[in-house]
Amino acid sequence: MDAFSTHTGIVTPLRRSNVDTDQIIPAVYLKRVTRSGFEDGLFSAWRNDPEFILNQAPYDKGTVLVAGPDFGTGSSREHAVWALQNYGFKVVIGSRFGDIFRSNSGKAGLLIALVPQNVVEALWVYAESNPGAEVTVDLAERQITAGENAYTFEIDDYTRYRLLNGLDDIGLTLTHDAEIAAYEGRRASFKPRTIPARTAG
Amino acid sequence: MTINGALPEGVTAKDVVLALIARVGTGGGAGYVVEYRGDTIENMSMEGRMTICNMSIEWGARAGLVAPDQTTFDYLKGRPHAPEGDDWDAAVAYWRTLYSDPDATFDREVVMDATQLTPFVTWGTNPGQGVGLGESVPSPEDYDDPSDKAAAERALEYMALEAGTPMREIRVDTVFLGSCTNGRIEDLRLAASVIKGHKIAEGLRMLVVPGSARVRLQAMDEGLDKVFIDAGAEWREAGCSMCLGMNPDTLAPGERSASTSNRNFEGRQGKGGRTHLVSPAVAAATAVRGTLSSPSDL
Repeated sequence: MDAFSTHTGIVTPLRRSNVDTDQIIPAVYLKRVTRSGFEDGLFSAWRNDPEFILNQAPYDKGTVLVAGPDFGTGSSREHAVWALQNYGFKVVIGSRFGDIFRSNSGKAGLLIALVPQNVVEALWVYAESNPGAEVTVDLAERQITAGENAYTFEIDDYTRYRLLNGLDDIGLTLTHDAEIAAYEGRRASFKPRTIPARTAG
Repeated sequence: MTINGALPEGVTAKDVVLALIARVGTGGGAGYVVEYRGDTIENMSMEGRMTICNMSIEWGARAGLVAPDQTTFDYLKGRPHAPEGDDWDAAVAYWRTLYSDPDATFDREVVMDATQLTPFVTWGTNPGQGVGLGESVPSPEDYDDPSDKAAAERALEYMALEAGTPMREIRVDTVFLGSCTNGRIEDLRLAASVIKGHKIAEGLRMLVVPGSARVRLQAMDEGLDKVFIDAGAEWREAGCSMCLGMNPDTLAPGERSASTSNRNFEGRQGKGGRTHLVSPAVAAATAVRGTLSSPSDL
């Protein structure tokens, strides 16, 4: 997983509340066995609507999504996170998120920036009155800069640590590689042990 | 969450949890694990408790639980993988210690009165957008919060409903009885008892999909499959089926269902499909009448 420090990109306003994970990506798209290519199914029901924000330049090039309250509720499917990432989003800003979606995002490297709803409204207005405007999201400082304005966002310390260091669950385990090897060295040879990962080819 | 009192006739665990979510919202339980308690829960079957716990995520909670009691032990006794003999006694002795102390404090409490509940159905596109079956489709003007108002407007448009329409006048194309929320043997028995001796409405399809192969075989031993088939319903293999529209069991665009599953999101049961969440009793009565109905309407 890539480490996240700061990100600057076009902000895409999504003026909808209660966008559940079935709307982020419907179940029919969940049949792949890879973690790539899910951008095809992102917001699938709305993608044929020319009015939809991702069908409008320059918002279609956005990397920072500003969503309404209760984004990512419903099904726990990780594909919702992957679909957003596969499309190109690095950050989702909002005032309330589905709990499991938020946790899945942290584990996969998608930054969820929690702000009060009035900041969401301000960012929507900023994005709509300055099409293509970029915002900067600074994870170390927990700060979003949009033009003249700066806003603080919330994220728990643990998820922030993992994102800053690019540690997914496997990466986190591998930070203890030396201790794992030392333990295995002491362990009786007849007992089960981990075996080296087999690489492709 | 504490609920006390006897559930009125025709009101089930599904109605309890739909009424609860309508009150607290889809994010009301975010950040919490919920314990469901009170004498309504104590008097409820294991399967009813499972229906309620199953929908904890629909109000944002991480998990839902009910303290184990005699109902739990009776349910588990003799099941595959349950402890036996002395192990069983030891397990029950331990399980009896797993309850909240009388003076336990909770980070947040919700209290409900079971005696005031009626069959509950959803009108919108999230599980919190529900009303009593005897009520009407609400208007966006009924909501103070601007995002609730906007969500209601969008939901009415997607669901093709007019504010003020009595819920009982809403006609459905499909009834789906099944899912991990309401595909258990008790659900099938209840629906069969409602539908027995009736035929499903002209032009309507009803899919009955047991929640597991074990439940399916048990239902067939009890002859429930024949009750559904005689009524004109489809008796299907166990599985997820129309709950999430992943296989060909989907709604066509614009079609409307009464569904005993847990989610009524836009497109959940097929692109453009419209879902009303209901209890198994309401599902069966709706299949007979063709419009959202309770068993008392038959």
